[in-house]
Amino acid sequence: MSIEFIQEVLPRLLGGLLLTLQIVPLSLVLGFALAVLVALMRLSPNLLLSGLAYGYVYVFRSTPLLVQIFLIYYGSGQFRSFFQEIGLWPVLREAYWCAIIALTLNTGAYTSEIIRGGIQSVPWGQIEAARACGMSRLLLFRRIIFPVAIRQALPAYGNEMILMVKSSSLASTITIMELLGVTRQIVSETFVVFPTFAMAGAIYLSINFGLTRGVQWLERRLSPDLYRPRETGDAIAH
Amino acid sequence: MNEATAALEIRDLHKRFGPLEVLKGVSLTAREGDVISIIGSSGSGKSTMLRCINLLETPDSGEIRVNGELIRMKPRRDGRAVPADQAQVDRIRSRLGMVFQSFNLWTHMTVLENVIEAPVHVLKQPRAEAVEQAKMLLDKVGIGDKLDHYPAHLSGGQQQRAAIARALAMQPQAILFDEPTSALDPELVGEVLVVIRQLAEEGRTMLIVTHEMGFAREVSSQAIFLHQGRVEEEGPPAQVFGGPKSERCRQFLAAKLN
Repeated sequence: MSIEFIQEVLPRLLGGLLLTLQIVPLSLVLGFALAVLVALMRLSPNLLLSGLAYGYVYVFRSTPLLVQIFLIYYGSGQFRSFFQEIGLWPVLREAYWCAIIALTLNTGAYTSEIIRGGIQSVPWGQIEAARACGMSRLLLFRRIIFPVAIRQALPAYGNEMILMVKSSSLASTITIMELLGVTRQIVSETFVVFPTFAMAGAIYLSINFGLTRGVQWLERRLSPDLYRPRETGDAIAH
Repeated sequence: MNEATAALEIRDLHKRFGPLEVLKGVSLTAREGDVISIIGSSGSGKSTMLRCINLLETPDSGEIRVNGELIRMKPRRDGRAVPADQAQVDRIRSRLGMVFQSFNLWTHMTVLENVIEAPVHVLKQPRAEAVEQAKMLLDKVGIGDKLDHYPAHLSGGQQQRAAIARALAMQPQAILFDEPTSALDPELVGEVLVVIRQLAEEGRTMLIVTHEMGFAREVSSQAIFLHQGRVEEEGPPAQVFGGPKSERCRQFLAAKLN
């Protein structure tokens, strides 16, 4: 692998990286919002709501993401007139948005289960204490249940974010020129296989290195109580 | 305050958990400044009774009045009672402090944040004012130096004192104590009882479910002995602890003292 080759392809790879760094955060944000909604539906005493949520989670966790991407991108074309009628065609026509939708729906399903677990692990006594202070249901959720649940869910959600960075490479199968798409294009042009894929791998590795450190930082920031007391410096095992 | 209006009034409270009838019609009246200790063996219904007052348990029937205001209930489809107006329940809860056996501090907040949380978000007190008041209260319960600590870094006795400060921060009209020292190591019980005794001396209205008989006798203005969901003995502590009419109460106290 020559320096010249790296110098030549690196800018193109970084261009692909830029697109990856758009797709992943956007899908994660949308997916997270969806996941909170789905987790609440799943925990609702209303059987219709919880059933819908359960069905959605079941379908999207049990089928390959690649199938979901193909169904949304190629499949939507079959119902073009329908989507044109309801005004969704301009979105579904774009591979970019199909990738975002597939990734959002996929991460939404996994994340809703992570959040549900977090919510259910909030100690009952802390909820009672909040109710005893006269907190309304909304206030109780916003100030106590959600913050505690997120702290519990963060390690598992860190996993999910890492998986999403890697899963986003599947978008290359529907013409998206994100990091892996660009990589494959370079390989097919230059036939320099190993170095190119190795560089792509290294870039994914460094994204996830940053992500892991970020989650670690956030965990310590949000849950200083799980790490060390200020005075003594003793580690507390939980 | 009107002399005739009781701070807390419970009338003919019934509560059933499945086949088990825990409360079989208990009544209680607390006037302003009363300290009422509620004693009885486990399963006698004393905690359930206390938890019905702020609707942490929903009574099946009976009346609860806080400062004369009746908590309105309505029957659900299956015939059990539910609060008719959740906003009323929230408002009444905000006027009653509660201290739990297992402290129940919010683990993701520092001690100071725990104390200002409800004043700021429920009572809409200005934050600076709430902080000022919280510092004063934490000084008062003797943990003014632990403001920035998380509950996990405090001893049980310190956590319970923080929980008492949290209850006081709402400027409650009455405070409900649900076995406040039962989860504590014996050597930590004293520091919590000192604080509760101080509150009694200030003339606060309090209901205390407790197993600390000596303490109950000293601080209460009235004592109630519950047995199998009924009030078996009630009166001034000298009578309930000194010469109970009920045989069961005598046996209970004899067993406690040995």
